[in-house]
Amino acid sequence: MNFEPTEERRMMQDALRRFLSNSVTPARREAAESSTAGFDRETWAGLAELGVIGALFPEARGGYGGSGFDIAAVFEEMGRAGAIEPLLDTGVLAGGLLMELGGDARQGLVEQVIGGELQLALAHAEPASRYDLSRVTTRAERSGDTYVLNGRKSVVVNAPAADLLLVSARMAGGANDADGICLFLVDPAASGLALRDYPLSGGGRGAELDLRNVAVAADALIGAEGAAYPALVHAHARATTAICAEAVGLMDRIRVLTTDYLKTRKQFGQPIGKFQALQHRMADMLTEIEQARSALINLAGHLDGPETERDVHVAATKNLISRVCALVVEESIQMHGGIGMTMEYELGHLAKRLTMTDHRFGDGLYHLERFISLAVA
Amino acid sequence: MDLNFTPAEEEFRSEVRSFLEARLPRRLAEKVRLGRTLTKADHEEWHAILNERGWLAGNWPTAYGGAGWSAVERHIFEEEMTKAHAPRIVPFGIAMLGPVLQQFGSKEQKDQYLPRILTGADWWCQGYSEPGAGSDLASIKTSAVRDGDHYVVNGQKTWTTLGQHANMIFCLVRTSSTPKPQEGISFLLVDMKSPGVTVRPIVLIDGEPEVNEVFFDNVRVPVENLVGEENKGWTYAKYLLTHERTNIAGVGFAQAGLEQLKRVARSELHNGRPLIENPHFAARIARVSIDLMAMATTNLRVLSGTASGQAPGAESSMLKIKGTQIRQEINALTRIAVGPYAMPFVSEALEEGWNGEPVGPDYAMPATAAYFNNRKLSIFGGSSEIQRSIISKTILGLS
Repeated sequence: MNFEPTEERRMMQDALRRFLSNSVTPARREAAESSTAGFDRETWAGLAELGVIGALFPEARGGYGGSGFDIAAVFEEMGRAGAIEPLLDTGVLAGGLLMELGGDARQGLVEQVIGGELQLALAHAEPASRYDLSRVTTRAERSGDTYVLNGRKSVVVNAPAADLLLVSARMAGGANDADGICLFLVDPAASGLALRDYPLSGGGRGAELDLRNVAVAADALIGAEGAAYPALVHAHARATTAICAEAVGLMDRIRVLTTDYLKTRKQFGQPIGKFQALQHRMADMLTEIEQARSALINLAGHLDGPETERDVHVAATKNLISRVCALVVEESIQMHGGIGMTMEYELGHLAKRLTMTDHRFGDGLYHLERFISLAVA
Repeated sequence: MDLNFTPAEEEFRSEVRSFLEARLPRRLAEKVRLGRTLTKADHEEWHAILNERGWLAGNWPTAYGGAGWSAVERHIFEEEMTKAHAPRIVPFGIAMLGPVLQQFGSKEQKDQYLPRILTGADWWCQGYSEPGAGSDLASIKTSAVRDGDHYVVNGQKTWTTLGQHANMIFCLVRTSSTPKPQEGISFLLVDMKSPGVTVRPIVLIDGEPEVNEVFFDNVRVPVENLVGEENKGWTYAKYLLTHERTNIAGVGFAQAGLEQLKRVARSELHNGRPLIENPHFAARIARVSIDLMAMATTNLRVLSGTASGQAPGAESSMLKIKGTQIRQEINALTRIAVGPYAMPFVSEALEEGWNGEPVGPDYAMPATAAYFNNRKLSIFGGSSEIQRSIISKTILGLS
């Protein structure tokens, strides 16, 4: 066994950490949050230049990585910095689907993603789908040379900045069938497509999409008709790895902030970190964060293996990290006291971002039930 | 033992209920139900309606214009208020300063300030915490130095809730440096329009500027604004804190929160079925419901042992810890129940006059905001850690 990262990955991670600690400052993050894109374009360009987006794709597709451990290394640093750039949505989720289903015809777009020139968003979830990946009621119908899309998509992260949307729609089957789901590349400016955008708690922007007779060319279909589901599951497994790694990075940073605070904040004539009641709770927090890191390693190591094992680890890791996130958010705010509840202090943003990781790609409950059906029942 | 309320108490409950049905403005109840931010005018409107009925100050003796209710009656009133989604009574004048003035204030102070609290002529805020004095409240540094007929106040207060609406602030100030920090503290009433007072809002993680910093730069305060004796302020401060804890269990808030949680869980779908039918989620709702049923009785046990107009003792620390745990768990479950729609955050949507369509269900954003905002419950008014220390020292004798 060897739990050391490879030399290349360690160097990339160090470079990324240095880059982000310079570019993700509170002032720039605030400015980015109130911009129409919801992120910092200069930071995005820097990520591309450093090769960070390329680290999410394999060599055969123009990158130099793409494995579970590559994703984990990148997103741990994104989390540690509290970065809000849409690397997950453009790079892992939509970019990953383009790579998997797009074939040679879309290789140009994949390279644009790697180069930082293209923003993407996956419009898959719907108002009543919650976290179910197969629940799609948006319809696609073939009409001559076009497909016509009708339906609603909800909380589409990064849609406001996306140059292209990847929209899922059903051509066959019932609302919850795995078969019959297609993916289409859609221009956000397409006629009949209304986009209502808004800020997200914890940073970034999202949108509600309303599609009314949106006509797209036949070649907008990505992959085979009705067969997108397995790729969606795979892309969500990779995205879950990314968000779990981001959560671990966020928790590392929060743990450092909280420990520093306990060492410097004085009450009753001594640093509050001298109180045993708080020492024990910090010790518990550290132990739980290390559990989260181990779960992440399990997931990253099984991401590219057999599907059944992969899915067991997706469920196990996301469930565990959901629980640890709640503990770390609540305990870190509590041990800081009032200052931990303000947006003027770094913890406020980090705690909100960490909380929101529980609302993407399935929460603790969703993955508890997935785990029960895959590994217990 | 008799677990029933007395016939008189039941009659009181139905009296409160019909009053709320008749007089609580729908507009205000709707704002409270949807978790919208109440304006100063909203609070004042509701206070005036209650005051007209003589029910604004349930904890005050009738001699001062209060209702003179027993602790149990107050509990019933608060329970019905939250059930009806009535705005909570702003506590700073009614629940905090009022009892202190009645117990320790001069006749002039009582005559001047108590009626103005009831009529809403004054909006009070609390000047206790400082950047360096949170849990260790006795370490406050804001100083008041006697200069002829005035004190000259310098320093800074923080976490001043709704200070942006206030024209008056009651402050703990240091009038003497003694080896025991508690012995050099005085309780001073300050007009916030005095030259040298500055208020700066602090935005919290739910996006609301609910609390403030208040700065004092050579603020001249007439000596007649000293409450009680100089350097005895700590006694008054502790008296105030125990009164602040009277409704600290927040049973009514928890019950209203639990109903809202169930509404959300009935309306959200999980695998195509209402979330509330999911056994794992239902188990978590059940567990917190069971805790709340027992806590309601713990609360009544403490309250029924408390005489009219008096505050409960150290037992209230248990109420605060348990009540807070239950409310925060309900907030966490509601946030989880909302699902992906917990993410959109349109901060204007909580403000007065916002007429936009909510993103997702109307309960979604307030659920996230409440989860973040109610982290404060275990921090303010003596953190859960401080309450545990009080229990272990005062009740268990472990010190």
